Amino acid sequence: MGISDSYFARHFGIGERDLERYLSEALSCGGDYADLYFEYFASTVLSIDEGIVKTASQGVTLGVGVRVLAGEKTGYAYSDDLSPERILKAARTAACIASGPSKVEKTGFTESARRNLYPVLTAPIDTALAARAELIKRADRAARAYDPRVFQVQATYADNLRHVLVATSEGTLSFDRQPLARLSVMALARESAEGTPEQGYAGGGGRHELNYFLEEKTPEYFAREAARQAIVQLDAVDAPAGETTVVLGSGWPGVLLHEAVGHGLEADFNRKGTSAFTGRIGQQVASPLCTVVDDGTIANRRGSLNVDDEGEPTQSNVLIENGILRGYLQDKLSSRLTGAKATGSGRRENYQNIPLPRMTNTFMLAGESDPEEIIRGVPKGLYCVNFGGGQVDITSGNFVFSASESYLIEDGRLTRPVRGATLIGNGPEALKWISMVGNDLKLDEGIGICGKEGQSIPVGVGIPTVRIDKMTVGGVA
Amino acid sequence: MAFDTTSYEQLSADVVRMALDRGATGAECTVAEGEEFSASVRMREIEQLKQAGSRAAGLRVLVGGCTGSAYTSDLSLDGLRRMVASAVDNARITTEDPHAGLPDPADLGRHELNLGIYNDDVAALDPELKIRWAKEAEAAALDADARITNSEGAGFDSNLGARYFSNSLGFTGSYRTSSCSMSAVPVARQGETMERDYWYTVARSASRLEPAAEVGRRAAERVLRRLGARKVPTQKAPIVFEPRTARSLLGHIFEAVDGDSVYRQASFLAASLGERVAAEGVTLIDDGTLPGLFGTSPFDDEGVPTRRTLVIENGVLKSFLHNSYTARKLGMRTTGNASRGLSGNASVDHGNLFLEPGGKTPGDIIQSIRAGLLVTELLGQGVNTVTGDYSRGAAGVWIENGEIAYPVSEITIAGNLKQMLRDIEAIGNDLEFRGSVASPTLLIREMTISGN
Repeated sequence: MGISDSYFARHFGIGERDLERYLSEALSCGGDYADLYFEYFASTVLSIDEGIVKTASQGVTLGVGVRVLAGEKTGYAYSDDLSPERILKAARTAACIASGPSKVEKTGFTESARRNLYPVLTAPIDTALAARAELIKRADRAARAYDPRVFQVQATYADNLRHVLVATSEGTLSFDRQPLARLSVMALARESAEGTPEQGYAGGGGRHELNYFLEEKTPEYFAREAARQAIVQLDAVDAPAGETTVVLGSGWPGVLLHEAVGHGLEADFNRKGTSAFTGRIGQQVASPLCTVVDDGTIANRRGSLNVDDEGEPTQSNVLIENGILRGYLQDKLSSRLTGAKATGSGRRENYQNIPLPRMTNTFMLAGESDPEEIIRGVPKGLYCVNFGGGQVDITSGNFVFSASESYLIEDGRLTRPVRGATLIGNGPEALKWISMVGNDLKLDEGIGICGKEGQSIPVGVGIPTVRIDKMTVGGVA
Repeated sequence: MAFDTTSYEQLSADVVRMALDRGATGAECTVAEGEEFSASVRMREIEQLKQAGSRAAGLRVLVGGCTGSAYTSDLSLDGLRRMVASAVDNARITTEDPHAGLPDPADLGRHELNLGIYNDDVAALDPELKIRWAKEAEAAALDADARITNSEGAGFDSNLGARYFSNSLGFTGSYRTSSCSMSAVPVARQGETMERDYWYTVARSASRLEPAAEVGRRAAERVLRRLGARKVPTQKAPIVFEPRTARSLLGHIFEAVDGDSVYRQASFLAASLGERVAAEGVTLIDDGTLPGLFGTSPFDDEGVPTRRTLVIENGVLKSFLHNSYTARKLGMRTTGNASRGLSGNASVDHGNLFLEPGGKTPGDIIQSIRAGLLVTELLGQGVNTVTGDYSRGAAGVWIENGEIAYPVSEITIAGNLKQMLRDIEAIGNDLEFRGSVASPTLLIREMTISGN
C-alpha cells in the first residue's frame, strides 16, 4: 500500500508533495527534525444503568500535530482543520522553537515495513449499533441473574477507530488503522435493602472484531465476574496494616510492574536523571527470578500497535532480565539525544499532544513454581487477585497499587476475603523480595488506561502468580 | 440553510433547529472553543513550546423519552448534518427513560453580573514574558539550596476558552474563560536518594498569579523538607492534612454527594440526608458564583444558573448536588451542577467546593499534637465511595511534641470516610483557592498508618 491508498490520501487528498512542503516549512527556522501526525478518530459509547440504555453517543475528531526538534527543545502546534493554509500555519508556529537557517531535508519517503497485528476486517465501530447495544443489555441481565443480592448494574461498551499517518523529516512514512473495543460491568450487591452495598468491577477487550464479545469473552463472562466480586466483598473483613507476605494472583496484578518499574524506566526521566532507576543499567533491581518485558507486538492486545505514534514499529523490549536492569523505553527525542536504539515506545493520546516514552503491554515471564504451592508455603499473608489503579513517584521510586479483591492466607490456606487496601513499596527494592514465580503467566483482560502528563493511553499488563516476602499493606486491622 | 459561522452561539441554536427538523422532540447543543499556550523550561533552557487552538460541537437529542448524542470537530455544514443524523439515530437504540429530558423551563437562566472568569490580561501576555517567568521560577528553586541538583522543569501555561450553548426550550447563552498557571518541579538529592516536589500558582487573571520567584522558592522548600525521609512503625495516630492534600478529601465527599451516585445508592452518604455526618463545625459549601474562581460560570452545562448550595452545615448533611436528571430521579430540584463534555449525557460536577475555615492557624494545629503525621502528598486511588473505605499511599513529616521532627515516606494511611468526617477535630484558618476545590488545614483524630 502506498500513500495513495492511505485514509488521508483518499479522504483529504494528502500526497507526498504536501507532506514534504509541510515538513520543510516546519524546518524553516533550522530545526533538526520534524514530524507530522495526522489522526482521524471515531468513537462510540453505549451504557446501561438500572436496566435502561441511557447513553448512546458517537463522534469524530480530526487533526494534525506538527512537531519540531532542535537539540533538546521541542516546538509543537496542531490544527483541527486539514486545509494546507492551516497546516502550514501550525508548521510555522512549531518551527519557531529553532533559530537558524532553514535545513534542506532529503525528499521522498520510504514507507515503514508493514505488518498487521490486528487484522480486523470490520472494525466494531462499523457494525450495527443495535448489535453493540445488545452486549450491554446482556451484561445487565447476567449480572442481575448471578445473585439476588445484586441490586444495581452499570455496563458500558466503548469502541473507537483511529487512522494515523506519520511522516518524518528523516523520510519515513507510516500509516495505521487501529481499532479498539472494550466492555465493562459494575455491579453493586447488598444483603438486604438496609445493608451496606459493596461493588465489583470487571471488563475487557482489545483490538478485535465485535465477534470477540460474542464468542470469546461474552457479556455474561464479565457480568458474572463483576457480580462475583461484589458478592465476595459482602463477607470481607478489614485488611491487615503493616508489612506482610503478599502473593499476587496472575493477570491484572501485573499493574505492580507497571508502577514499580515500568514508569521509572521511561527514557525521558532517565535522560534527565530524575528517575530512581537512573544510571542503574546492568545493576540488580529485582530478584533473579524476574524477567520483565514490554511488548507492543502481541496480536490483538489493547496495548499493542503496529507502529508507535512516532511511526516507529513497536517491539518486544526486555526491561529486566533475571533481575538485572537491561534498558529503558525510548521515544524519538530521547533516542536522538542519547544515541539509544529505538524501542517503538513513543506514544500520545491524540494529535493535540507531544509524544512521550510510554509502555505498551508490560509483563513478567513465567517461572517454574506451581501457583497452589506458592500459597501453601505462606504461613501468614495476603493473596491479592484484583486491583484498581496505581501511581508512582518516579523520583523517590515509591509506588502504590490498590487491591480490590484479596484474601487472608493463614497456614497456607485462603481463609477470609478482605476489604480494599493500598499496597506500597519502593521501585528498585520491591521486586528484590520476590521469592517465587509461578508457571501461570496471564495477561489482563484488556481494560487498562495509563496516565502521564495528562495524556491517557490504552495499555496492558500481565504477571504469573508471585510471592513477595515483604510488602507494606495499608489496611486498618 | 445559511450559517453565520462567525457566531458559534448562533451555530449552536441552528444545530438545535436542525435536530428538531430531523425528528427530535428536544435538543441541546454545546460548542466549545479553546486556545492553549504552554512553555516549559528545564535546567535554565527552553524545553518545549506549544501553541494551538481547536473547537468542536456536541449535540444531545431527545426523541420522546429516548436520548442520543453525538459530537464532531468538523463544524462545516456537512459535518454538522452528520452529527445531527448520528445523534437522532443513536436515540433510536436507547430505552425510553421517564426521567430523561431537558431541565424544567422555570429552572433555566444565567447570571448577568461580571463573574471575572475572563480577563484580557491573559491573552495580552507576551510569550517572551511567559518564558522568562518560567525560567525565573525554576532558577529560584535551583538557586535555593545546593542539594537541589536537578529539575523536572518549570512551566507557564495559558488557556482561553469559550462555551456556547443552546437548547430547544429557547435558552441561548455563552461565556468566555481565561486562565494561566505557573509551576516548578525541583529535584533534590541527599546521598543515594532523590526527592521531587512542586509548587504552582493558577488564576483567571495574570495579575493574580504569585510571583515566579515565590513559586520556585516554595517548591524548593517543599522538596528539601522531604530529604532523608524514613518509614515509621505501623500505628494509629492523628493525621493533619495540609491544604494541598485536604482538598482531595473534599473531592471524595463530592463523589458521595453527587446526585448520580446517590440515586444509584453507590455512595456512603446516600441514605444520610438530614443526618449528622461530620463533626460539629464542619460546613461544606458549593458555590458556582464566586467571582474570578475556577468553579464559577454564569450557567451550568444544561443552561441552569449556578448557585450557592450548603452541602454540609455544621456537621449535618443538608443537600446533594444535582443536574436536572439526578434531581428528577430523586424528586428534588436541580442545584445547577450539570456538567458535560461534548459527548454523552450530562454528569454532575461541583462549582467552587470548599470547607468553611476555622479559627486555628496551621501552626496551632500542629502544636496541639503530641505524636502524629502531617500529610503533604497522597498517592494512588484507594478510595471506595460506595463504602467509604480509604487507603492511600502518603508522604509527609512526623510531628513530635507539637513540632516538625523528620520527613516520612513509603507509608499508607487508612480509615473510613464516614469515621474520618466525624473525626475532624480542627479546621485551619488558611482557606485559599488554588483550583475549584479548596480546604483549610484539617486535623483528623486518628487513622491507621502502615509502615514497618
